[in-house]
Amino acid sequence: MNHSSELVETPVPDTIVRPKTSSRRQFLSAAGSFSLASAVVIGSCKKSSSKGGVDLGSGDVGVLNYAYALEQLEAAFYTRVSASPYSGITAAETALLADIRDHEIAHREFFKAALGANAIAALEVNFSAIDFSSRTSVLATAKAFEDLGVTAYNGAGPLLTTPDYLVLAGKIVSVEARHAALIRDLISNGSFADNTALDSNGMDMARKPSEVLMIASAYINTRIDASRLPS
Amino acid sequence: MNLQQIFSEIEETDPAFYDRTSGRRQAFKHFSSVGTRISLAALPLALGSFFRKAYGQTTTGAIGVLNFALQLEYLEANFYVKGVATAGLIPAGPALTALTAIRDHENAHVGFLRNAIVAAGGTPYTYTAANFDFTAKGAFPDVFTNYATFLAVAQALEDTGVRAYKGQAGNLMGNANRPLLTAALNIHSVEARHASHIRQMRAAQGVAVKPWITGNTSGIDARTNGNYAGEENTIQGGVNITGLPGVSGTLSAAVASESFDEPLTKDQVVALVTPFFA
Repeated sequence: MNHSSELVETPVPDTIVRPKTSSRRQFLSAAGSFSLASAVVIGSCKKSSSKGGVDLGSGDVGVLNYAYALEQLEAAFYTRVSASPYSGITAAETALLADIRDHEIAHREFFKAALGANAIAALEVNFSAIDFSSRTSVLATAKAFEDLGVTAYNGAGPLLTTPDYLVLAGKIVSVEARHAALIRDLISNGSFADNTALDSNGMDMARKPSEVLMIASAYINTRIDASRLPS
Repeated sequence: MNLQQIFSEIEETDPAFYDRTSGRRQAFKHFSSVGTRISLAALPLALGSFFRKAYGQTTTGAIGVLNFALQLEYLEANFYVKGVATAGLIPAGPALTALTAIRDHENAHVGFLRNAIVAAGGTPYTYTAANFDFTAKGAFPDVFTNYATFLAVAQALEDTGVRAYKGQAGNLMGNANRPLLTAALNIHSVEARHASHIRQMRAAQGVAVKPWITGNTSGIDARTNGNYAGEENTIQGGVNITGLPGVSGTLSAAVASESFDEPLTKDQVVALVTPFFA
């Protein structure tokens, strides 16, 4: 009997399905160009991981590399946002987005340092679908990344076997959730925890690495082999 | 006793329930036939052993963790219930809408945790409004008459809730507790969303706070110093975050502390929230 596919989810079947589907749909529409082809590659790259891609590895190292991959994506995104601000950006928004950039860089560099020789290489990102001059495009992407990050860490936590790593993931995910709430409020005040993020129990959702990487793959050119991650 | 309804409620709490047993029909059939053989009075006992079997290794420790979380959720829920119901405290419009939404989340967390505890074979704590003193024994005498104080206490409770869940995650590790850990994490991040929004509400009122915690500063005053003690940490997993490369130079201590929220032990949390219990 295989419990793993269900146990990663918040234990509320009927209520979780709909918001999750709709939030993913929203992510995709916000993202613009989702590539089915790259999703297939991530899902099926078992045998060709060494050719031009990265292999996250197995066990706790694999999970930490998975987090490192996501932090690379977020840090690269906000670095670009701060370097070329969207038109009409306010001083307050500039400061907040610079803070978030620095937090994501801190997370990225932390994982890189902590993983040492086990760290995956730098990923090649693809932001061609994002209009960095548009507040709407930038904040929609930021919202998608932050919400995705929250569900990713929530899903990854139970895959870890070392208590210290679980606490570290917890230290980071709550900061991602603070970001998510802020970005959502910048888009529409009061949407910090609405029903596109939460289920009917007032709870965030958890996504499996395969789901997260399929969504993130629209923004990452590097092929990521997640086949040896724990489940 | 309506077994169908009980099974439905459990299913809502734990979708894997029928994987643990042998399917809803079987589970129901099992008890339908058992019911003819054992007295109605003994049925709750029979159910209890059935659940313990289904949740075989869910530890007593896990139930303790859930009850601790439930206690904190009751505290938060009652705080917002009273605040939202207090005429003239919260400005109508976005503020009232947001705080009402947060109240509803905390109430939902209470309900979820109660169900989870029962499903795991435990007995959930129960609290009523009379169990709380939101002045914290007089430390916040104007908590329900001064909107700024109300928001300050809300921020402290949310930030402390985040720290409390984080501190308990390690006690829910292992396959048997996996659904519970996932649930706890899914609540933990919502508390952080709340904290972020409350902090933005306070910032809009002119208070110098950001959605994240800088150093160990509360943006309140000495009354909440304990709630933020330790948040200034800049060493993570043996890595000195301030030694890492930033956009220009190395990362500042402010950035390093903001980037990671810090846990609190159960004892630390109990000490911080005890004044809020009557």
